[in-house]
Amino acid sequence: MSDNHNDEHLASSQSDQASSVDLEKRNFLIASSGVGALGCAVAAVPFVLSMTPSERAKAAGAPVEVDVSKIAPGTMITVEWRGKPVWIFNRTEDMTAELHKHDDQLIDPDCTVESQQPGYCKNTDRSIKPNLAVVVGICTHLGCSPTAKLQPKGDMGENWTGGFFCPCHGSKFDLAGRVFKGSPAPINLVVPPHKYLTENTLLIGVDTEDKA
Amino acid sequence: MINETVTEKNKSVLANVFNDGLNWVDQRFPLTSNIKAHLTEYYAPKNFNFWYFFGSLSLLVLVLQIVTGIFLTMHYKPDAALAFASVEYIMRDVPWGWLIRYMHSTGASMFFIVVYLHMFRGIIYGSYRNPRELIWLFGVGIFLCLMGEAFFGYLLPWGQMSYWGAQVIVNLFSAIPFIGPDVSEWLRGDYLVSDATLNRFFAFHVIALPFVLVGLVAAHIIALHEVGSNNPDGIEIKKLKDKKTGIPLDGIPFHPYYTVKDIVGTVVFLMVFSVVIFFAPEMGGYFLEANNFVPANPLVTPAHIAPVWYFTPYYSILRAVPPFPGVSILGIPPSLFPGVAAMGLSVMVFAFLPWLDKSPVKSIRYRGSLYKQWLAAFVVSFIVLGYLGTKPSNVWGQFGVWLGNADRATVVARIFMIIYFAFFILMPWYTKKDKTLVVPERVTG
Amino acid sequence: MKIKNSIIKALLVLAFFPYFTLPLSAVANEGAHLDKAPIDASNHASLQRGARTFINSCLNCHSANYMRYNRLLEIGLTEKQIKDNLLFAGDKVGDTMRVTMNAAEAKKWFGVAPPDLSVEVRARGADWMYSYLRSFYRDDASTTGWGNCVFDPVTCKVSMPHVLYELQGEQAMNHETHALELSKPGKLSVAEYDTLAGDLTNFLAFMAEPTKQQRNRLGWFVLLFLGILLVLTYKLKKAYWKEIH
Repeated sequence: MSDNHNDEHLASSQSDQASSVDLEKRNFLIASSGVGALGCAVAAVPFVLSMTPSERAKAAGAPVEVDVSKIAPGTMITVEWRGKPVWIFNRTEDMTAELHKHDDQLIDPDCTVESQQPGYCKNTDRSIKPNLAVVVGICTHLGCSPTAKLQPKGDMGENWTGGFFCPCHGSKFDLAGRVFKGSPAPINLVVPPHKYLTENTLLIGVDTEDKA
Repeated sequence: MINETVTEKNKSVLANVFNDGLNWVDQRFPLTSNIKAHLTEYYAPKNFNFWYFFGSLSLLVLVLQIVTGIFLTMHYKPDAALAFASVEYIMRDVPWGWLIRYMHSTGASMFFIVVYLHMFRGIIYGSYRNPRELIWLFGVGIFLCLMGEAFFGYLLPWGQMSYWGAQVIVNLFSAIPFIGPDVSEWLRGDYLVSDATLNRFFAFHVIALPFVLVGLVAAHIIALHEVGSNNPDGIEIKKLKDKKTGIPLDGIPFHPYYTVKDIVGTVVFLMVFSVVIFFAPEMGGYFLEANNFVPANPLVTPAHIAPVWYFTPYYSILRAVPPFPGVSILGIPPSLFPGVAAMGLSVMVFAFLPWLDKSPVKSIRYRGSLYKQWLAAFVVSFIVLGYLGTKPSNVWGQFGVWLGNADRATVVARIFMIIYFAFFILMPWYTKKDKTLVVPERVTG
Repeated sequence: MKIKNSIIKALLVLAFFPYFTLPLSAVANEGAHLDKAPIDASNHASLQRGARTFINSCLNCHSANYMRYNRLLEIGLTEKQIKDNLLFAGDKVGDTMRVTMNAAEAKKWFGVAPPDLSVEVRARGADWMYSYLRSFYRDDASTTGWGNCVFDPVTCKVSMPHVLYELQGEQAMNHETHALELSKPGKLSVAEYDTLAGDLTNFLAFMAEPTKQQRNRLGWFVLLFLGILLVLTYKLKKAYWKEIH
């Protein structure tokens, strides 16, 4: 403040104003704008956060417990988690064996895209237990839910080895939710975070690290 | 030395880019000329005082209400079965919803506080006088709109006070002779205040009235910048201009001088606002009424219902006027129309001020004691009526048999109501008769 | 000019004075004398005891539909404690405190449906709640067998039976002094029962506005920030206005 004292007199005489800078004005202008802008930014935070999922949405999106003992080999069930269909299917030994044979037909056989599955499912089966697969049934193309075509051949043609077929734009996935080449969908289906509480109780929505 | 010239060069390049951009816009949209007309070359009197903060503060609160309102609308449900729960959902489940809701509910009361102070400023300095009658009329329009916003918005939480407040106000329209009952029913869209009423009040509150309000505010400001601001001395600064520049001698550019000043006022206001939001959002039941935490119940009226504080002076007038007894010979049924008419008039009467005031001076600074006494009487009656409106009419007990056991509060309200109206009705007389002082040429400190 | 300004300012203060000195809340309960409730949102032990009483005794008939169980984390309980001790079977910690009792059935039994208690303290006031919980007395003339002059100062009728009477015992109304006297002691002493009612009221007040403590704490930071901004903007205004004479 006292440093600016001389400038004050200079600035107050109008003729000098053009040539000299009023430091007092400039300093407080910078300080006020800075602190004021900071205040506005902080004040905007509650408004932005108010649009994130509410406690009600979080409660509705809480982890789902599923009893997997009743899923016969070669069949599947669909449960709802966060408003999305989650498929749980029990693969027969033939089915899991097939998964290792068609890597050359897949876009990403080794599951290199990190976001599509948790680390503990980054294997050929894309699952914790080799037979039980847990996959979010939403096509990675434009969000339709593909139809299950678990059995080989059938209306899918001679080369079909079992998997899922999206009715919207014809994307094809294998029995680990990996996308076949030539599909409009760019990457594999999502494996949600999940863990087994007991031998037959599956909890969808929570990692082994207990994070939602 | 070399470095300096380089930065100088950079600066001028930047300045050129900026100027070119500005030119491009100006050829297509009057940006620079508008900034000049409304900010940097709008010359306001240099003697604005404390009272002149409330105009810009009203604008600030309007913006706050619109912004918080938009975010509340994202979570609120205008459905009689869901409305109350959705407000509590905002208060608890929506992240920071409580803050946004308190800002909006406190903002409503703060809006009326700053607008009442802004209007009072207009009255004491004669800001409604020639040539500013239209500014004043737009202002009265804004005030009416604001009352509508407050009334429609108050139904939305769907609590007991919301419900019965709306019930009473809508029923006031039934008092209009002949068409009244049909008008009430039309407003409600049902035989009682119901889901249909809530739904349409929501539409009025979030779309219809805000549009009108923003339009009127724009008209208010455009009209103001056309004729120029009044000031505490009530002098027209445009009468004395610098011969060379044409700038009023007592005028200073609104920007930067009044922008930096109004920012200080804004910060002080925000501090008051924050104290209420963070430490007393209910304000002892005046900003958020206790009974409104009970969901609306069409079968039970709360023991004591009172409007929110900003409506209470007019509500007192409504209660103070005795109903029309009905004359059987003429076949006119008894009616509470007189009370309703008096209440309507008590709000509308502000619009006539520019033509009621016959004083040769504008500002209270140069008026005589007669006017000051009348103004003081008006302020006191406004406050007393406001206070009585929050209380049941038996709050002060009854007079004895000699006055027919009348409620004391009702009699007092009647007396102050007469003073309230006399301030306006007698204004042409006492402003003419008043001894005024000589108004100086130039503004004073 | 100075004098006139101060007169105007005095009028201004006068204008808002009555609004701030006479609180309106609990205005519906004029007449009954109310005791001051021991409200302390920072006393987690009291809030936890109150939550337990609420869930065990009140939540059978009264819902708290806007209150989620996981809000109890904010009063120091852990998720496991909530799950093991407080949750009804089949409920999740993110659920709200609902009751299974059908509102229409309840209306048949009690004459009125028991109100949801989520925001009851904001409607009635904490002092009312605290006094109400301690003012039940034996009244054989009433249909429920109980009276309560806090609930209705005129008739002393109340639709809710005294759920906590095993703990408080029975009180009787002395018809001359209109004071309540303990006629049959309960499991708790008078002081212990008052503590229980106080804890319960404290919890009900917390539940009515769970964000209150956060709100108050944040308020100081906001005011501090605005205070700094006020100094800076005032200096800025001074720097500009020194040119205006």
